[in-house]
Amino acid sequence: MINKKVNNVRDALKGVKDGMTFMLGGFGLCGIPEKAIAELVKLDVRNVTCISNNAGVDDFGLGLLLKNKQIKKMISSYVGENEEFERQMLSGELEVELTPQGTLAEKCRAAQAGFPAFYTPAGYGTEVAKGKETREFDGKMYVLETAFKADFAFIKAWKGDAAGNLVFKGTARNFNPNMCGAATITVVEVEELVPVGELDPNNIHIPGIFVQRIFEGKNYEKRIEQRTVIQKS
Amino acid sequence: MLDKNGIAKRIAQEVQNDFYVNLGIGIPTLVANYVREDIEVEFQSENGVLGMGPFPFDGEEDADIINAGKQTITTMPGASFFDSALSFSMIRGKHVDLTILGAMEVAQNGDIANWKIPGKMVKGMGGAMDLVASAENIIVAMMHTNKRGASKILKKCSLPLTGVGCVTKIVTNLAVLEVKDNQFHLLERAPGISVKEIQEATEGTLIVNGEIPEMNI
Repeated sequence: MINKKVNNVRDALKGVKDGMTFMLGGFGLCGIPEKAIAELVKLDVRNVTCISNNAGVDDFGLGLLLKNKQIKKMISSYVGENEEFERQMLSGELEVELTPQGTLAEKCRAAQAGFPAFYTPAGYGTEVAKGKETREFDGKMYVLETAFKADFAFIKAWKGDAAGNLVFKGTARNFNPNMCGAATITVVEVEELVPVGELDPNNIHIPGIFVQRIFEGKNYEKRIEQRTVIQKS
Repeated sequence: MLDKNGIAKRIAQEVQNDFYVNLGIGIPTLVANYVREDIEVEFQSENGVLGMGPFPFDGEEDADIINAGKQTITTMPGASFFDSALSFSMIRGKHVDLTILGAMEVAQNGDIANWKIPGKMVKGMGGAMDLVASAENIIVAMMHTNKRGASKILKKCSLPLTGVGCVTKIVTNLAVLEVKDNQFHLLERAPGISVKEIQEATEGTLIVNGEIPEMNI
């Protein structure tokens, strides 16, 4: 077994520097690497580029880095829930590259899988395709999109082991598996680090080969953005 | 004139047995409430769930189980979770049968705009560009006019596009329209709405052929 376990979030983020590009898993606030984000705020790394489907809310998730003006550029598909984000973007302080969600996921997956680029129909004929190569296949137009390049991927999984094997829960899976192995160093935080051998090899979502560092986080807040419930009658 | 629930109710009639359906945020989400109970339908949410169920009971909500609108949800028997790349493989690969989404503007050539108002509102396209670029069966749910009464059913979109030539059907608070041959074709009127009222609210070319029936909802 190749051991990927590190003792804490500080060791997990060793080597993080100003100006780097980070991938962060999560959809909204669901499945975000809470501990890595808190540590990035503490380390106060600046001028970073963040690849993340969303930008958090004003006081949680990536919103914490935004508030602290640590982010130079965001690459996201939807940023609707963050006023500070909108303010920084409209004022020009923050560079923003909006990317269709499926393209964002595939740019991660391409980096993970060793594809330099791929063609997608998404965004053809829109400003997203500006300056990009387009090509026709079977009578339909496609846009050439390139794989992401990132220094660190910060991942949140449900369970994992020291070998780096991961299991995700519910829709907290989202972009997390696609970002594993898509950056130079993949750092995973899990709610539960289980003994090696306990996870059933048949049910592992991401094999440890895609992971460099893994640690157990404590007391996850898991904030709910839109709490929608029905009353028991 | 229909309200949002009325639009959702009319669109629900387009949902057929054994359909996999992706519902956008807003009015489209309401469609799930009105689908006939005697047919089998699975709802896909692009954040990674197939077989979405209703909202959970108070106290049973799980932060790890949400829909694309970030609302807490439940899952139906037979549901599955998956990653974002696989989710868009379902969408891009045309495995989803019907896509229902909202729009700010639709043009008579099938163009749709729903993600950006330059200098004013930029929320992002989310999964909408992937959905409209690939889906063969798209229904747009929208209000016929904006708050100032200006038509959103246009000759040409003025806002940045989400997709080109992709919309085939629109259900508004006033009418059901088909988009074909670079024209809007009036199929149905909302209850109590006249053809003239629809014509006045439509900036694009509107074809009215014969007697136009009222929606049956």
